[in-house]
Amino acid sequence: MLRTILSRLLQTVVVVFLLVTFTFFAIHAMPGDPFADAKATSPEEKAALEAYYGLDKPLPVQYFNWWKNVITNNDFGDSIAMKGRKVSTLISESFPVSLKLGLLSLVMGISLGIPLGIIAALYHNQMLDYLAMIIAMAGICVVAFVLGPIFQINIAKPLTSLNVAGWDRPADIILPAITLCFGVAAYLARLTRGGMLDVLSQDYIRSARAKGVPPLKIITRHALRPALMPAVTFLGPAFAAIITGSFVVENIFLVPGMGQHFVLGVTSKDYNLVLGLVLFYGILMGIANLLSDLVLIFMDPKLRTS
Amino acid sequence: MGHISVVRIIGFIVLGLSFLLTSCRRQSNIEEANDAGILIIGNSNEPKGLDPHLVSGVLESNIIRALFEGLCVEDPAIDGKALPGVAMKWTPNKEFTEWTFDLNPDAKWSDGKDVTAHDFVFSYKRMLSPDPNWPAQYSEMLYFLKNAQEYNKGKITDFAQVGAKAVDKHTLLLTLRGPIPYLPELTKHYTWYPVPEHIVLKHGKINTAFSSQWTRPGNLVSNGPFQLKTWTTNHKIEVERNPHYWDAETVSLNGIRYLPVKNYYTETRMYGDEQLHLTYTVPSELIPFAKENYGSQLRQENYVGVRFLRVNTLREPFTNPKVRRAFALAIDQQAICDKILQGGQKPASGIVPPFGEYKPPAIIQFDPVKAKELLAESGYESTSAFPDITILTTDSETGRREAEALQAMWKEHLGINVRIIQREWTTYLQKQYDADYDLCAGGWIGDYLDPTTFLEMWITDGGNNNTGWGSETFEKYLHEAENTADVPQRMATLAKAEETILNDTPVLPIYWYTTTYLIRPEVKNWHPLLLNNHPFKFVKIEKD
Repeated sequence: MLRTILSRLLQTVVVVFLLVTFTFFAIHAMPGDPFADAKATSPEEKAALEAYYGLDKPLPVQYFNWWKNVITNNDFGDSIAMKGRKVSTLISESFPVSLKLGLLSLVMGISLGIPLGIIAALYHNQMLDYLAMIIAMAGICVVAFVLGPIFQINIAKPLTSLNVAGWDRPADIILPAITLCFGVAAYLARLTRGGMLDVLSQDYIRSARAKGVPPLKIITRHALRPALMPAVTFLGPAFAAIITGSFVVENIFLVPGMGQHFVLGVTSKDYNLVLGLVLFYGILMGIANLLSDLVLIFMDPKLRTS
Repeated sequence: MGHISVVRIIGFIVLGLSFLLTSCRRQSNIEEANDAGILIIGNSNEPKGLDPHLVSGVLESNIIRALFEGLCVEDPAIDGKALPGVAMKWTPNKEFTEWTFDLNPDAKWSDGKDVTAHDFVFSYKRMLSPDPNWPAQYSEMLYFLKNAQEYNKGKITDFAQVGAKAVDKHTLLLTLRGPIPYLPELTKHYTWYPVPEHIVLKHGKINTAFSSQWTRPGNLVSNGPFQLKTWTTNHKIEVERNPHYWDAETVSLNGIRYLPVKNYYTETRMYGDEQLHLTYTVPSELIPFAKENYGSQLRQENYVGVRFLRVNTLREPFTNPKVRRAFALAIDQQAICDKILQGGQKPASGIVPPFGEYKPPAIIQFDPVKAKELLAESGYESTSAFPDITILTTDSETGRREAEALQAMWKEHLGINVRIIQREWTTYLQKQYDADYDLCAGGWIGDYLDPTTFLEMWITDGGNNNTGWGSETFEKYLHEAENTADVPQRMATLAKAEETILNDTPVLPIYWYTTTYLIRPEVKNWHPLLLNNHPFKFVKIEKD
């Protein structure tokens, strides 16, 4: 067990290293100048800025310096677009917001998606199944930038107690969380339904039925655990993705989360910000995958020996 | 568990939730803010910074204008009028080359220290710092001072030779490079604002740029009607009354909250949901909706800015001025204003928008017949002989629609095919500065109310010219105007300069900008201003 964890951790380190390396060279290969502004920057000013951010050195040196700074100083450097602010400050300001929003929408997604998937499987090829799958399909197809404004116009506007956007009142989390949770719920419903159908057709379930075990008990005691395995596999990466924020939802609902830093970091060529975020996200993703593997091992005794 | 019970449980949850949500009726954000005397503004994006010497954007200036104050301040209703700011009065010499500013002894920083003439001299020295590591993009705004450019470029090293002197604690003497009758107008611009020497030096050296923390909340000390209260990235910036402000009696608001609403559709919805007093803009698609629903709360006002296309005059076929002119005259500007923008914009007949005493030469007007004639005269036998022409624009929706309209107009009126290239912002800018384009959409917003703010950028090899065009005649007129103290004569010379550039047409004017925004009726003292620099100290919230 300990060996599994250690080997997974080692794999994570390698993957994150490769991820950051690839991102570093990819983002530097992109066209565009991080210091281009609506007003011209003189060659001297540009040179000064490049020297300040160490961008005047050859790429391999910049790459080496970046790692050196991360490892020896625990510092991701300064943001290039938002001058005077450290990447670590931007992350530590925005991550708690995204974490709070992500966790809430994940809990909502799980409590909506898994029951929906179970219902669909139990009423396989009946009205309830179709209804549940239509909802799930809609959840996957209707993207947040459609859903968000629909909620703003049809829920927040008529209800005086909800704001259209913003991050000041406790209730401001509700709409972005609902918008985010739909995607998760939809995937979970489909995965749970598939897993459930698979398990329900197994011999041991048939034996249990033949022995007269009550239907509810068959599901809760015998079917649910193996049926949720695909959903748990999905939840690992989904967890890491959802707690690091969503550009679209943050943009629509004016949420000061982390998702927008990814997109705006790339469009403004804020190399330090993007690399800091990728490193952070990579580590989170590694941890989340490890956790979901551990849960799977806990759920399936067969995995413990393999 | 049968169907019924599941349905019942869901029903209960839905009922419970809707009861919870509707029962707790509460004040809207606006009602709360009105009671607290706080103005809530949509400010478009997260500011890049709050150091008046290191920013160059409009949204940053909206915050800086509340925090800091220059020698003169804007009148809330009259364009081009300067009211006393830190300076109580100012007197020029006869030639307008030397100005004496008497500073208000009551002017204080928000920490209670006096604002002195030395603070201004320190600020100008900082802005003009010749250190190669000092990246002030806007330092040329101070080149009006004698020897400022020379000091900034390192040609002289003694700041005492620059035309800014503190005669005593409350007297500032500015010596200029030539006669500048509109100097008070310039001092309203944030590049001329003072920064607190004692605070800047506490957090670094005079020219410590981005690593200085002096503008962070808790550190920032300012001299304007408001002081910084909170600043959280992508969330909000709040300013509150500066208790030490010399004219605190005039200030009516208790604070301003700036929200970085990047999504303008969200912004309009927030306005409708009573979350904002004032929006940054209204997307053109929502203008009909806003007109219908908000009536007079929708404002469409003139704004000194011009939309144009840069022409790369070093590339075929645009090396030929007749081809450039033909392209300009084939643009149906009115159609772009009416059908695409819908914000009350007006066709641009030149590159300097109409304001004040300036009489612009109206040279560019939609004239497809003349355009065809010019093209025929240009020497190209047929339009198929033209090389492949592209128009570069940003990846915005409006940018695309504008480029498509232009493409259709040139096809229709000149029979020429133009290909559209869209690039995201920084790549687009880089291509523009590298002159890697044929035609490039762009615009310019005036910094102050004088034609030079639109004309000086077109000097040969100017940083924002990027067209490869230059003209000795044009620069001769600019130089002549610079040494003319008589206002009507100066304006006439500047008009000749504009005429020169329009005849040569390295720029194709499209329209004059307007600002379109929504403003709640309880916000008073917010009048149309050409520069859109509203002085917050006069703004009031009053319910009728």
